[in-house]
Amino acid sequence: MGDHHHGPAKGLSRWLYTTNHKDIGTMYLWFSFAMFLLGGAFAMVIRAELFQPGMQLVEPGFFNQMTTLHGLVMVFGAIMPSFVGLANWLIPMMIGAPDMALPRMNNWSFWILPPAFLMLASTLLMEGGAPAFGWTFYAPLSTTYAPPSVTFFIFAIHILGVSSIMGSINIIATVMNMRAPGMTYMKMPLFVWTWLITAFLLVAVMPVLAGAVTMMLMDIHFGTSFFSAAGGGDPVLFQHIFWFFGHPEVYIIILPAFGVISQIIPAFSRKPLFGYASMVYATAGIAFLSFIVWAHHMYTVGMPVAGELFFMYATMLIAVPTGVKVFNWVTTMWRGAMTFETPMLFSIGFLVLFTIGGFTGLMLSIAPADFQYHDTYFVVAHFHYVMVAGAVFSMTAAVYFWLPKWTGRMYNETMGKVHFWVSFIGFNVTFFPQHFVGLAGMPRRIPDYALQFADFNMMSSIGAFIYGMSQLLFLYNVIAAIVSGEKVSDEKVWDGAEGLEWTLPSPAPYHTFETPPKLEKQPAY
Amino acid sequence: MLNARALAATALLPLAANAQNQINMSTGISEAGAVITDLGAEIYGLHMLIFWICVAIGIGVFGVMLYSIYAHRKSKGVEPSQFHEHTGVEIAWTVVPFFILVLMAVPATSTLLEVYDNDDAEMSILVTGYQWKWKYEYLDADGENIAFFSNLATSQEQIYNTDTKGENYLLEVDEPLVIPVDTKVRFLITANDVIHSWWVPEIAVKRDAIPGFINEAWTRVLAEGVYRGQCTELCGAYHGFMPVEVHVVGQGEFNDWMAAKRGAAATDAALAATELPVDELMARGEDVYNASCLACHGANGEGGLGNAIAGSTIAMGGLDPHLNVIVNGVAGTAMQAFGAQLSDIDVAAVTTFQRNAFGNNTGDVVQASDVVSYKEG
Amino acid sequence: MRLSQDPTIDTVAKLCSVSMAMFAFVFVVMVPLYNVLCDALGINGKTSSEAYISVSADVDETRFIKVQFIATNNDAMPWSFSPEVTEMLVHPGAANDTVFFAANPTMNAMVAQAIPSVSPSRAAEYFHKTECFCFEQQPLDGNDKAEMPLQFIVDQDLPADIKTITLSYTLFDVTALISDKVASR
Repeated sequence: MGDHHHGPAKGLSRWLYTTNHKDIGTMYLWFSFAMFLLGGAFAMVIRAELFQPGMQLVEPGFFNQMTTLHGLVMVFGAIMPSFVGLANWLIPMMIGAPDMALPRMNNWSFWILPPAFLMLASTLLMEGGAPAFGWTFYAPLSTTYAPPSVTFFIFAIHILGVSSIMGSINIIATVMNMRAPGMTYMKMPLFVWTWLITAFLLVAVMPVLAGAVTMMLMDIHFGTSFFSAAGGGDPVLFQHIFWFFGHPEVYIIILPAFGVISQIIPAFSRKPLFGYASMVYATAGIAFLSFIVWAHHMYTVGMPVAGELFFMYATMLIAVPTGVKVFNWVTTMWRGAMTFETPMLFSIGFLVLFTIGGFTGLMLSIAPADFQYHDTYFVVAHFHYVMVAGAVFSMTAAVYFWLPKWTGRMYNETMGKVHFWVSFIGFNVTFFPQHFVGLAGMPRRIPDYALQFADFNMMSSIGAFIYGMSQLLFLYNVIAAIVSGEKVSDEKVWDGAEGLEWTLPSPAPYHTFETPPKLEKQPAY
Repeated sequence: MLNARALAATALLPLAANAQNQINMSTGISEAGAVITDLGAEIYGLHMLIFWICVAIGIGVFGVMLYSIYAHRKSKGVEPSQFHEHTGVEIAWTVVPFFILVLMAVPATSTLLEVYDNDDAEMSILVTGYQWKWKYEYLDADGENIAFFSNLATSQEQIYNTDTKGENYLLEVDEPLVIPVDTKVRFLITANDVIHSWWVPEIAVKRDAIPGFINEAWTRVLAEGVYRGQCTELCGAYHGFMPVEVHVVGQGEFNDWMAAKRGAAATDAALAATELPVDELMARGEDVYNASCLACHGANGEGGLGNAIAGSTIAMGGLDPHLNVIVNGVAGTAMQAFGAQLSDIDVAAVTTFQRNAFGNNTGDVVQASDVVSYKEG
Repeated sequence: MRLSQDPTIDTVAKLCSVSMAMFAFVFVVMVPLYNVLCDALGINGKTSSEAYISVSADVDETRFIKVQFIATNNDAMPWSFSPEVTEMLVHPGAANDTVFFAANPTMNAMVAQAIPSVSPSRAAEYFHKTECFCFEQQPLDGNDKAEMPLQFIVDQDLPADIKTITLSYTLFDVTALISDKVASR
């Protein structure tokens, strides 16, 4: 073991053939940011059409292609790969390992993503257009009534699934087998814990998504009737299978974000994370519960009342471990000595806005009330609060937090704060009014709406343009830091930062912990 | 059981005087103060109960957080504490929320059981979702079901911004559903093609319409009025253009309406035996075209989601192939079998219209009897 | 059980097995489980696709159940399809029969499949069809018509709070599908 070169290769082949977790992490992060901008462009088309009542810019069929691709690209192309990128960069350093357990598979996990998304985006140019059945692709709209591009959509999903599964196997193998001596499980940073649990979720449910799209493929091309009543099948079966994947999927999206916040808040409070053990148990509890709540996405489908009640109670229960986490973060801040640099601003923004999303989630879990919320903008508001103000804010905080460690350069703090405030205001102007129009009766996935929804939709669109522009500011901040940011000489960078990665030079060398570190400083937990 | 009306009446969020910029769910109570449905008011009360509990918890959590942000900052020169656990507190904030949830689950359960109380209805209506309209069929014990389609009535000009938008833009239909007040109505809901969902917010009924399966829902509307809703499950391109309009009227008015519907069916049947003048066929055909064909085939027959009618070889060619497309649909495409949806007169009228409008000018006149002979082979 | 000496490969092999097992789980467990639960409990309103073998038993004359019949066509199915009666009052335990009318207005031979659905869905397990046109596909030549029989018994154990049962048939055009498919019920 041990490579004998004196640094990374040069040129394109460095990136094509790299097995280095830092390089692969970097590629995941840049790729996911490009996908974030692509998905954001689709959102701009959506919000531009919804700026006023009437059809001004696009046809209804194309609008549905935009909403579908926006969801798919954001979930599978932006959020998930971005956290995998974080995992790649940070997990080996945090546990004192030289790299991931399977470096070559790591390379493949990344490199199959760009072709998959190229295939998905190219469906826009195919006859019949791109998939237009929503990112949740219910049958029979996505089978019997789907455009020809659905087959390419299915292939793309299979490829993404393989990438996620391989990445997760890699993470689990790394964490289970490569921790530095003395780093027991209960001494790992919480970010590593949340990713470990997330990886198990992924290994379990991505194959279920693969199963669902394979059944679609069979119904479309091979004459089966899984989801068609004509042949003895049932469209509702699709929904059960999809959401059996889909609900754990949303926890897959958020648990790593929880892990990031659990690293950043203690750092800027200069205080250890409160309740480390219960944070681990709460995360595991959320992951377990995520398997038994799926049908709360299906309350209006005509389930027997006993089923509705079971899913309602189980879903309400998730509020308990999630609440524990929120209380623990607040208590971490309590009687700390806080400073409010950009990563901390985004983390506090997360804490407030994710909690609001959690409250609307609790409202949605109440089945009889959900008959009025289901498939309206109230749901759209809820999941954007938890996914954007939750996962995306957390990812943004992570980038600002660890960028100095990755690159050896500091971003401009004033510009970072500007990015935060414009994002925070833009986000809330976009999505808070959507609670109102949803409650007032506006359904989801419509390109045009009744006049009473006009004012809030115009507000929401203005907010969306502001929020969208602010992400260009983020891009500028990151590039400016890399190219001309002030060099960082400290290992620690941040006053209160704890963890093995903060014992390394900044920027972290290409190969780190080739010999395992001695754990001198016992973490306070 | 929750006193829903009391809760709704004490709701602190003001309701806008008109529907514009409404920020909350329908209270289930009309502007005049009359209860629209008991279930709707109960659901609203439950919604507000959960909402206020969340607000209270939010004030607690954010209050502590904001105070901490103010008081526990390094710039105030504080030394950070190092405490990182407290078993008692951690148990408390696990157990107390659990009990709050139990408290919420009790009224939620009883309201859900109400939602499922579908039996003992006084009338049954079959609601079928089509791409992209609703069909209503009143089930009659003697088998004399009245059935009709309910299409979006808003004009394409309004949608494409060449005409000002009316007050009920996108929420108006040509044939509304009419039901009598204070009558338990059972809805049987299904779909013709893909999954749709039937929703009227003010009467708090929403149920998915699934092809090949039947779902049920019920309502008893206590206040006469017009209530509007929309399809709430993505069902294709015109998902946003298939509204629901329900007129709740007194029993007498309902009986009159039913009688008129039966009369119209009889009149149509009688008319079908006669020969209609061309201009009547063209006028009627244009109405049918606008309601049933225009969205896909264009206001000028130019096509869109569907093929062009103007200059079409089918519309200008033999009558039988033209009738075949209209009556039997085209399997594997979005062209439905309109023979099952339109009366013989309407088929004759729209066929006549297509053959002579948009510059087609074939001079052909199609009567209902032609359609009947076509169907009989 | 160790799958390999190398602990990393051991972990990887086990996780790969979990993934493959979960993929198989969808086809081998989820689909059959859904069908079994729906058949056994009638929870999606599906009734049995086989004829019910009845045993002689007492008719419960203390209650009437209203049975409604609905006939609908699926997309692009041009047949006319209607029940002879739209509702019947029956006693639990009694054998009842009725017919549905179907006519093929096109010039081509076609094959239809009627798919039943019962509401409330929990009544489905108490609704026994001793003979039903929905058990088989229905072929009709062009311009032909048929009277299709239905014989059923409502079980005496039907819960007391159910007083109305609606049986809905959706008629699908399966002409193109009949050639090689085994209907997976």
